[in-house]
Amino acid sequence: MLNKEIRNHFPILNQEINGHPLVYLDSAATSQKPVQVIEALEHYYRFDNANVHRGVHTLGNRATDGYEGAREKVRKFINAKSTEEIIFMRGTTTALNTVAQSYGRANVSEGDEIIITHMEHHSNIIPWQQLAKEKGAVLKYIDLEEDGTLSIDKVRETITDRTKIVSIMYVSNVLGTMNPIEEITKIAHQHGAVMCVDAAQAAPHLKIDVQKLDCDFLAFSGHKMCGPTGIGVLYGKKDLLNAMEPVEFGGEMIDFVGLYESTWKELPWKFEGGTPIIAGAIGLGAAIDFLEEIGMDAIEQHEHELAGYAMEKMSEVDGLAIYGPTDPGKRAGLVTFNLNDVHPHDLATVLDMNGIAVRAGHHCAQPLMKWLECSATARASFYLYNTTEDVDRLVEGLRTAKEYFTDVY
Amino acid sequence: MSTNKLDQLYRSVIMDHYKNPKNKGVLEDGNVTIDMNNPTCGDVIHLTMNVEDDVVKDVKFEGEGCSISMASASMMTQLIKGKSTEDATKLAHTFSDMMLGKDLDDSIELDDLEALSGVAQFPARIKCATLSWKAMEKGVSGESQ
Repeated sequence: MLNKEIRNHFPILNQEINGHPLVYLDSAATSQKPVQVIEALEHYYRFDNANVHRGVHTLGNRATDGYEGAREKVRKFINAKSTEEIIFMRGTTTALNTVAQSYGRANVSEGDEIIITHMEHHSNIIPWQQLAKEKGAVLKYIDLEEDGTLSIDKVRETITDRTKIVSIMYVSNVLGTMNPIEEITKIAHQHGAVMCVDAAQAAPHLKIDVQKLDCDFLAFSGHKMCGPTGIGVLYGKKDLLNAMEPVEFGGEMIDFVGLYESTWKELPWKFEGGTPIIAGAIGLGAAIDFLEEIGMDAIEQHEHELAGYAMEKMSEVDGLAIYGPTDPGKRAGLVTFNLNDVHPHDLATVLDMNGIAVRAGHHCAQPLMKWLECSATARASFYLYNTTEDVDRLVEGLRTAKEYFTDVY
Repeated sequence: MSTNKLDQLYRSVIMDHYKNPKNKGVLEDGNVTIDMNNPTCGDVIHLTMNVEDDVVKDVKFEGEGCSISMASASMMTQLIKGKSTEDATKLAHTFSDMMLGKDLDDSIELDDLEALSGVAQFPARIKCATLSWKAMEKGVSGESQ
């Protein structure tokens, strides 16, 4: 377990909600921000703000250094070969849409296959649905096992020589399942398909190594990993990105502009049309510094232990059903559950009155909810600032909710 | 726990409607069908009505959702059955005002619906309460599917 003093870096956690100390268990939706990130944003706006890549003046240089410095931090964070492979975007959704609209449109034809799974977030479903419709391609889903994991045999059965793109989440935002991306990538490559990874729930919690995974694209968001909202990353292999057309055209991404023809900048800037998300990138850089000082391995370990503790304590609550893999070693730091007949919204409201923030709903994964045969669930997700005391408070809150609804039902 | 505030939300009449909903089911001979969902939380409602001569002759609902959304749907069907489409629409507007915490016109009979006034204090739950009303309003306005 990590030192509890980590909490002191997060000013937002030090407050009361409805008369109780806040227990924030919704980090899978968005994480809280450490003071280091808040100060980096403030410092940028107070002292360094200017547009990048054009000013001859000092502020322009500072802003450019901050922005490009953040890119190098991201490169190192995911062990990419070069900063040319790191493209700043609004978030995971924009990054996945860019792959679908640029790589997808150029490489997928009628009858080709795009493969995803039943556990995907909407942002890794709809871009492919749209692409498949546009091109007359086939969107195929890999079925899940009983415990919400993927079987490599089924992956092998589903991917064929007609498959052009395989796009799978690294860690499930509902089930907590950690998918064997490295193995799936190998299978995709054997069939000549590219592998795209939705790492929105992985980047905050574990060490990502894109060279080891050998994936072709990987997307994640800054706000789930202690960074600001509005900044995310698309990683792509250089040769693929080089061959791809930009999706957004305009300022900042051009080389020469003529009346009827224009040319693009080199990587990564050709994909960054318009004034980029400068403060966001600098904030993300500060978040990466913060996370790396603690250590991604230590964070992953902390969350495994916390999830294990939570599953043990929560399963002692009568009538509580937990979804996803039962082995805490196979799952990330979140627990999705339902309590008897109490609807998750009602449950979340009672927990909120006790100062506990959890998510309730379909978690942007309607096809997965269908697979689970429920319309909604509650989810408690943990991060580096959560403690076993937070879990105890949750369990206490669940018992209170149960009693409350037994009385009023 | 702030039980008092919670009790304002979960009044017993709401839980009664949740456990024993009125007009649950599908009208086989209905001439208006509305499906609506709340995409942020997954609540769904399937509303069937029989509207003749601008009067809601009969109404039934099917749906999935929390106690607030299902109780609200049950109360809504109870209140609008037999009413003119104009009065039903007026009720929907009154209910909407109630959710916004506005002062209400005393002359309108709200019956059990009064119990939902506590929802106004829980902004995150207002959409739960208004789903079935929005479906009904759409239905009586002639925008049926």
